[in-house]
Amino acid sequence: MSRAARYRLAVVAGAILLLELLCRIGVIDHLTMQPPSEMARDLFRILISGSMNAAMLKTLTNVTIAFVTSVVVGVGFGVLIHGRRAIRQGLEPLFATYYAIPVYAFYPLLIILFGLGDVPQIMIGFMLAVVAVIVNTLSGLDRVSRVLMKTARVYRLGPIATALKITLPSAAPYLLTGVKLAVAYAFIGVIGAEFIMSQTGLGYEISFAYNNFDNAIMYPLIVLIIVISTAVNMTFSHWEKVLMQRRGQR
Amino acid sequence: MTMRSWSGTLNALVLVGVLLIAWQALFEVAGEHAMAPPVETFRYLGQLLATNAFWGHLMETGQAFLAALALAVVLGLAIGFVLGLHRFSSEVAEPILVALYSVPKITLYPIVLLAFGLGMPAKIAFGTIHGIVPVAIFTMSAVGNIKPVLLKTARVLKLKPWKVVTSVLFPAALPEIFTGLRVGFSLTLIGTLLGEMFGSQRGLGYLLMTAIGLQNIKVIMAVTLLVVLFAAAVSILLIYIDRRLHRRAT
Repeated sequence: MSRAARYRLAVVAGAILLLELLCRIGVIDHLTMQPPSEMARDLFRILISGSMNAAMLKTLTNVTIAFVTSVVVGVGFGVLIHGRRAIRQGLEPLFATYYAIPVYAFYPLLIILFGLGDVPQIMIGFMLAVVAVIVNTLSGLDRVSRVLMKTARVYRLGPIATALKITLPSAAPYLLTGVKLAVAYAFIGVIGAEFIMSQTGLGYEISFAYNNFDNAIMYPLIVLIIVISTAVNMTFSHWEKVLMQRRGQR
Repeated sequence: MTMRSWSGTLNALVLVGVLLIAWQALFEVAGEHAMAPPVETFRYLGQLLATNAFWGHLMETGQAFLAALALAVVLGLAIGFVLGLHRFSSEVAEPILVALYSVPKITLYPIVLLAFGLGMPAKIAFGTIHGIVPVAIFTMSAVGNIKPVLLKTARVLKLKPWKVVTSVLFPAALPEIFTGLRVGFSLTLIGTLLGEMFGSQRGLGYLLMTAIGLQNIKVIMAVTLLVVLFAAAVSILLIYIDRRLHRRAT
């Protein structure tokens, strides 16, 4: 473990201990927040009892669907429009302003169009994630070296073989940045939509517990979501680092 | 206007045209009970903007948003500068900030409400926690990337610490900081609206939430349109300033 990582661990542990202390001496009263140790204990109990397994499965399934479709559609669309200058220039203002638009504002509309099932939540996750994938795919493809493309032509590779064997692997670091953002956005989109209005999933369970002042369920679930999204995020960051090192960059 | 910005404007106009046509087409497919067509939505938005009640909601949201944005920018800049000036602490903090960025912050909403109660402070706090992280991340990396020669010059000239920040660090890091402010702007807007959707009796988010309950499609579409127009307009302005700053810097 590097020195920075040890310090980081100490900072996080210190913050949790401080929160524990503030709760224990009563600066934060018990009705507002229970101490982290109790949250951990309750989370453990919930996981053992399996009462949230269905909700977890639902959320993770929807996140996975939103994530996979956004990566497939995003990379596919990026490869498709990469060479077409007119379309790219036309779409540029959309890409540039896209993340300023609150995607959740479309959620009510999606509920009316598709009903209150899984589709609107997956759509929100997909809509948040897909543009990040497209933008990063395009900037990755822009940086594929000309020599590699010439090599592909010398070997007379078809467009699909060129994409699979040359351009996509060579653009991999950028693609991975897009993929990393897509995971985060798929989580944010799906869980946010569940929280706003839905009938299942972790986001729904949190808002349900909140409406019933059930802190013993609400806080452990919030902790669970933070742990899951941080773990996934760290896994992808690690993967990215390994990939970069293998290429001798950084 | 130069040739380039003309073609940019043309692109944007074509894009807006295509989006409006797509909207109309979607309306033809989805039908009257699911959504409203563009012309009618614009007209209805005009009607809403002529009523005092709507302006009350609009001002409420505007105030909450501006306060949240001011807090997010000031605190984000402060965190970014403090961490960015010290290489090791930025190394320690960066992954923590990135992890915070990818946490679905909507799940933290119950905590904010319990801490601040219903009303204005909770909205502002919720907008701020959305906007503060990107501002801090971009500022930190901007300050960290400042050429050492500039800092050495400041030391040779024996500038006071505050003077170093205002006349060396801030101007040098401004282009990159501004990109962070752009991201911070849109996330703060999302956060404020989300805050209003749950713990509030006033504001655009509250209007959206009640309209979902009543299945009032015209209100949903008109409010969504207004938010999207506002976000896109400000974002275009910020992108314009952003590009000018970057061009001047190189």
